[in-house]
Amino acid sequence: MNAGSLSLTPSKPRPAVSSPLTGKQLLRLYYLMIVSRIADERALIAHKQGRIGFYVPAVGEEAAEVGSVFALSPEDWIFPDYRGSGIALAREMPLKIFFDQVLGNIEDVLKGHSMPSHWGDSSLNIVAPSSPICTHLSHAVGVAWAAMMKREKMVTISYFGDGGTSSGEFHGAVNLAGVFKIPTIFFCRNNQYAISVPVDRQTAVTNLAEKASAYGITGVRVDGNDVLAVYLATKEARQRALRGDGPTFIEAVTYRLGPHTTIDDPMKYRGKTEEESAWKRDPILRFSEYLTTLGLWDMEKDQVLRNKIKEDVNLAITNAKEVPKPEIDSLFEDVYSTSPWHLDEQRMEARRFVASKRQIQ
Amino acid sequence: MELTLVQAVNDALREEMKRDQRVVVLGEDVGKYGGVFKATDGLQAVFGNERVIDTPLNEQAIVGASIGMSLKGLVPVAEIQFIDFIHPAFDQIVSELSKMRYRSGGQYAPHVVIRAPFGAGTKGGPYHSQSSESYFVHTAGLKVVIPSSPAECKGLLTSSIRDTDPVIFMESKRLYRSVREEVPEGEYLVPLGKARNARPGKDVTILTYGSMVQVSMKAAEVMCEEDVDVEVIDIRTLMPLDIETVVASAKKTGRIVIVHEAPKTMGFGAEISALLSEKAFDYLKAPIIRVTGYDTPVPFSLEDQYSPSPERVIAAIRNTMAY
Ligand SMILES: Cc1ncc(C[n+]2csc(CCOP(=O)(O)OP(=O)(O)O)c2C)c(N)n1
Ligand SMILES: [Mg+2]
Repeated sequence: MNAGSLSLTPSKPRPAVSSPLTGKQLLRLYYLMIVSRIADERALIAHKQGRIGFYVPAVGEEAAEVGSVFALSPEDWIFPDYRGSGIALAREMPLKIFFDQVLGNIEDVLKGHSMPSHWGDSSLNIVAPSSPICTHLSHAVGVAWAAMMKREKMVTISYFGDGGTSSGEFHGAVNLAGVFKIPTIFFCRNNQYAISVPVDRQTAVTNLAEKASAYGITGVRVDGNDVLAVYLATKEARQRALRGDGPTFIEAVTYRLGPHTTIDDPMKYRGKTEEESAWKRDPILRFSEYLTTLGLWDMEKDQVLRNKIKEDVNLAITNAKEVPKPEIDSLFEDVYSTSPWHLDEQRMEARRFVASKRQIQ
Repeated sequence: MELTLVQAVNDALREEMKRDQRVVVLGEDVGKYGGVFKATDGLQAVFGNERVIDTPLNEQAIVGASIGMSLKGLVPVAEIQFIDFIHPAFDQIVSELSKMRYRSGGQYAPHVVIRAPFGAGTKGGPYHSQSSESYFVHTAGLKVVIPSSPAECKGLLTSSIRDTDPVIFMESKRLYRSVREEVPEGEYLVPLGKARNARPGKDVTILTYGSMVQVSMKAAEVMCEEDVDVEVIDIRTLMPLDIETVVASAKKTGRIVIVHEAPKTMGFGAEISALLSEKAFDYLKAPIIRVTGYDTPVPFSLEDQYSPSPERVIAAIRNTMAY
């Protein structure tokens, strides 16, 4: 109803709110943002070297992802999309699980079934995503609905992009959640682009948060590069949901600093100058300046931290790379709870061909 | 000129847009970006953003608006970024596009082409590698076309754009850049509804389409060494099927192997197999064998194992020969 209840402009140099967190928590937030950034950067390098097949970086969107996850409780269920490195890592997904998924090796908790960057792990309450846009929003509604019926104190949150708000799935899920006052949060990372299509070609509305009013739910537009503002907006949305006041649509205004995925070339649709000016609003730079002002951080600490994380990440990639691919049988696992005759038959055939190795190219 | 398959798509679109002012191209990222696979590269610069349209992210609206445009005299060629993302438009395709002519007694007949990349071979996992042709072949009112090479692609796409029925035109991602061949310049048509004998032979017939033609041709070459003469029929148009060519080849060789990447159960091969048992039963010397993708989602890590390989086709040929 009140679109823009927390509206900070994206260009503000500093977080405009006084810190709601302790020094220790602030440093934790910063740490998580750096892990996300470095995991993405190293993955992009590994892709260039041919060591990783595909990756979706969230460079530039760390404040939005980390800040929002930080406002949740571990029992809250997260429904990410494919751009979720900051989400998974802020949920404390170990780097091993993270990169085993990217490599799709035999230790990957998703068994190499899913595409890289589609992280999920039930032990972390992160529901493994698919690729089609916004199909997970109604799932988040359903989980929260069931929790509501069971009188459980939890919320769900779904993540998606600006482009996703054009989908029919978005409409269906948000409308449903509004009608039944479902304790869920729709978290939109407005990173200005859907691959090459800028947000002003996506919708005629200037503030995506306004869409909330058409569904009779709360809409909030927040500076998505301001980790504390994101944290607060999400925390408020969570409380609203638990109070029984229904879902919230959060638009986190940010910018995708990197390519859409490893197979994209942003120079085809936007200029260097645009990117350079966006880098000046880098959420990590901004937060480190803030921490420095508070006397919590300095350049030296920063270097030490980054070096350490870089080492951890590199090691995780190298290790994941050494783990073998899944066995052929795994191709046929989890199609059904138990394998029907025809899949047994096909598995036997597949085994024979793996045994007799491919020769013809 | 030598072109890849994706360049042939571009060339066909360019030629038809030049020739026919009614043709418009629309879809996600097709304009400025030229499409995620570059199929529409440069078209917006030539034909302007009124005829080459970047749409919001909504497949049902892309197909629905295409239907509307066609009712008002345009010929929309919609791109769905991956066949895997056509499902939001499934209702528009299955309830509207395919049935509008019928339900209106022929008064409203949408003339729309939907192009979509499909298939495995690029490590796309469960949502960027599917082969969904069966859904569309199963839906009365849609034509379904799948080219196997750059020249074929240009000719078939051109015919699809000129055909007044709705056409689902599926382009194998595996073939987009892997082969180059001489493609006729200017106007070039390959008729819909006609299969192509890609390799005449007398012992076994392989019935296939799309990127599996290549796989089958490799298998056929290997079988030469075993003195087995393999015929490869490229189906090209799945709906309507060129039944004469298929039956004639079956009668000639009496041994049939069907190859497609789509899953086996209720796949296109099941239909051909049923048709041949109806129309050529007396000529068959062995059971019809299908070599297909497995009845699982397409896995990310083991995608190579999922798709039919020349080895699997060879094994099938040996089996049918040994029968
Ligand atoms: C239904 C559907 N259509 C198309 C695609 C292909 N696709 C993948 S990401 C994307 C753009 C999404 O943009 P946005 O929602 O802004 O999220 P972002 O990638 O910017 O985070 C498109 C068109 C898809 N995954 N699903
Ligand atoms: Mg976006």
